Amino acid sequence: MTEFFDMPSDLQNSYLGLVGLHLREALLPVLAGLLVALPVAQLCVRLRWLYPPVLWVTTVLYAIPSLAFFVVLIDYTGMSEITVMIPLAVYSLVVFVPAIVDGVRSVPRETLDAATAMGFGPVRRYVLVQLPIAAPAIFAGLRVASVSSISLVSVGMLIGNQGALGNLLNSGMIYNQPRLVWLSVVGTAVLAVLVDAVLIGLRVLLTPWMPRGTGKTGRARTGADARPGPAALALKDAAR
Amino acid sequence: MNVLNFVDAFFSDSAHWQGYDGIPTRVLEHIQYTLMALGIAAAVGLPVGLLTGHTGRGGNTLALIATAGRALPSFGLMVLLFVLLGLGMAPVMIPLVVLAVPPILVTTYEAMRSVDPAPVDAARGMGMAEAEVLFRVELPVALPLILSGLRSAAIQIVSTATIAAYVSFGGLGRYIVDGLYQRDYEKVVGGATLVAVMALTTLAVFWAVGRLTVSRGVRRSG
Repeated sequence: MTEFFDMPSDLQNSYLGLVGLHLREALLPVLAGLLVALPVAQLCVRLRWLYPPVLWVTTVLYAIPSLAFFVVLIDYTGMSEITVMIPLAVYSLVVFVPAIVDGVRSVPRETLDAATAMGFGPVRRYVLVQLPIAAPAIFAGLRVASVSSISLVSVGMLIGNQGALGNLLNSGMIYNQPRLVWLSVVGTAVLAVLVDAVLIGLRVLLTPWMPRGTGKTGRARTGADARPGPAALALKDAAR
Repeated sequence: MNVLNFVDAFFSDSAHWQGYDGIPTRVLEHIQYTLMALGIAAAVGLPVGLLTGHTGRGGNTLALIATAGRALPSFGLMVLLFVLLGLGMAPVMIPLVVLAVPPILVTTYEAMRSVDPAPVDAARGMGMAEAEVLFRVELPVALPLILSGLRSAAIQIVSTATIAAYVSFGGLGRYIVDGLYQRDYEKVVGGATLVAVMALTTLAVFWAVGRLTVSRGVRRSG
């Protein structure tokens, strides 16, 4: 059983090492995307006219294929992990902005007035009232961004073996070892499902007021925002 | 040297515009893969999405399928099928279809669900048959959302068809993969630019299709 997970030495990593690398390459960009998206989304909420152009720019950015994105960056960042991570960060930013904007906008007027009446300033109101209410929408975005990011890292293999688990694909082809290819595909899929499950768990922990026990993921996703707005749309975009 | 120089050099070299490895050939190949995969995915996703959306059953199952489809790495899946099945169209088409079906399926379902129930009831009250209700009332209202699902599927196919070159297929990925092996950076960047332009063209095509097919009344309210 143990030799099943043996790696060719040119990968310079154990299987678990590759898994760790894969998680880092996939999730750090998502985090970066979220950090950038929060202020951008807040600006879009504040200045209504800003939202349509921002949506346009993000749609166009999202249309740029990952491989093309990677390749153009090689000139600046070389064949390194960063080259893989920058496009992933941009894609997750694109997913987050509409999710957060719609989440924050969905906070009822009365709730905001109540918070103001209780003496909350704009910052405290944003952090303590708007963000928690937007949390389900943000988590829906997090799930989509993380899962597609995990799937996309593999393509990094094409630019100088920077694809973590994806590098196994190349080794599998060169050494004619289907086992390595299986390890890569199944490993990536399992990783995506596990991360998704962790995010669902986190959301349940962080939003105790939301109904739970309906079980199915679909309920959680659509229940987050009953009417499908543009956010729900953006969230449909699967892995590229 | 920057990217723009490479782009300029690639496109001004007349050798890149003709023959077996010329830009027109590769673009046509790419369009061919895209249309084929999109066609199959739409043939699978649209009817199922319309029916489940119309009846309102199976939403949870669809969401599960979408999550599962998203979790499967298309690039890995393609290499795996290539190793298992050998050279052929199937290893390229299957991952592209697997990639494109979930967005079509889920958006179509959600689009049908989000149709205002009042006009649907009115149509039934006027004695329309179920099929008429579906095609003449629900579908036109749901069309913009359905198109957006098809659009994201199409864009994903365009960008993912690039990796087909890795398993010795043609298309625009050929320039990127070959260029990387030959350390011909001009070719790589040229290929990447072509793919990006094609993805943006897809956006434009869908915008135009939306203008032409979505009824004016629906557009105004949306």
